[in-house]
Amino acid sequence: MPLTLLKYGLRGRHASFRDIPATPDLKPSYDVVIVGGGGHGLAAAFYLSTVHGITNIAVLEKGYLAGGNTARNTTTIRSNYLTTESIRFYKEGVSLFETMSEDLGFNVMFSQRGQLTLAHSEATMRSFHLRAEMGKHMGVRTEVVDVKTVRAMCPHLNLDEGGMHEVMGGLWHADGGTARHDAVAWGYAKRAAERGVEIHQRTTVTGFRKDGDRVTHVVTDRGEIAAGQVLQAVGGLNGQVAEMAGFKLPIRCFPLQAMVTQPLKPFLDILLSSANMHTYLVQSSRGEIVIGGGSDPYQLASTRSTLDQKEHLAEGVLHLFPFLHKVKLLRQWAGITDMTPDYSPIMGASPMRNYWLDCGWGTWGFKATPVAGKRMAETIATGRVPDILLPFDMRRFDNFALLNEMGATAASH
Amino acid sequence: MKLLTCPVNGPRNIIEFQYLGPVRAANPELPDQLTEALFYVENPLGMLTEWWRHTPSNTIFIAERHTVTDQIVATYLPNRKPA
Repeated sequence: MPLTLLKYGLRGRHASFRDIPATPDLKPSYDVVIVGGGGHGLAAAFYLSTVHGITNIAVLEKGYLAGGNTARNTTTIRSNYLTTESIRFYKEGVSLFETMSEDLGFNVMFSQRGQLTLAHSEATMRSFHLRAEMGKHMGVRTEVVDVKTVRAMCPHLNLDEGGMHEVMGGLWHADGGTARHDAVAWGYAKRAAERGVEIHQRTTVTGFRKDGDRVTHVVTDRGEIAAGQVLQAVGGLNGQVAEMAGFKLPIRCFPLQAMVTQPLKPFLDILLSSANMHTYLVQSSRGEIVIGGGSDPYQLASTRSTLDQKEHLAEGVLHLFPFLHKVKLLRQWAGITDMTPDYSPIMGASPMRNYWLDCGWGTWGFKATPVAGKRMAETIATGRVPDILLPFDMRRFDNFALLNEMGATAASH
Repeated sequence: MKLLTCPVNGPRNIIEFQYLGPVRAANPELPDQLTEALFYVENPLGMLTEWWRHTPSNTIFIAERHTVTDQIVATYLPNRKPA
């Protein structure tokens, strides 16, 4: 490697290259059309082209590559959920992140630093015991820790002993971590494009042409294309795209707001959440404090930021770390989350035979990018929904077989 | 500060209000509309008619709001929609 690098450095002319090719012309027909060029769609394209040998794929993205919720999340990766079905699924997601940089040959900066969720009440501690036992049962590293351990893990934390938000303990999840969100999408896009997958940016889907219970054509603002199979993974617009395809999804949209401070010296080497204060924070590799957790209290499809949410998030952070009171905020942003009634995603079959769903990702989609892509690719390639995805079928709402994960996050919903 | 006009108390800070969700088309009393009423809630990109409550005065009313611009077009008490 060093010799190659030296030779490359000494060579006069360097051919320019780009990771992601420019948008080509649309072909008349594709084996698979993926609607949505975010992390999930790109991961599915990667697995279809590398594992299943299907390369005649078009990824259609309305805006720019991975510019929606893939760019707007707070990059938390974890598997400490409540139900066995969810834990099994997210555990596979975490394990794929562990080897992602090597698998893709692309540094996604995965940092498995562990996640600590704080409890400020006895009731929260009881729910943590349940989550810890469920996690252990499924082979995930999750345990309840006492205040002494919390203090040792996070010496700067304000425990507010005897106060209104006294820390009573926490849920320690050693498997938790973060990764660079853009790199995850770019890595998948680059390797998929190398296999021949076409990534069409600034291409809006405007409708579908159907024959009975099959989608035959995808209509876009750049022309109509025939499609063998269609995958829908469009984040905040999932309800609207499903309506174009002719069915309704049990989804409501809420903006989730986050913000980031100026860079500071390293003081926080874990991911920290507070379930009661609906705040979570992590120090990025640049030193910025990424603060998340503010869901708007009413339905909205606008990515504006509000002072109310900024104050709410700052309040939580200042309670945990009062010494941050003079720190400046650099940016504030929002993403549109597509929330399902049971706070679990919808994956697998749709009412159309060759139309597959990867949606309802709400506030928890980034961590599932690799596993959702891998399993949706398997679904499309084999025409059969794998067992691990069956509990997430959209028909669970008609059968009252809900998968309640409402308590498994610190976001305020 | 975003203002929401309570039909009884006038314009107030929106943090004084509780969101109660869209006015539903489906009726949960009818068995064939039950899952629709429980799970398939209205989620348009555009005008949404919805229930709100002014918490201090316990006034329950209806607001018509645009879900993309967040503009509140009208608020009124139930069954008293202005012509």
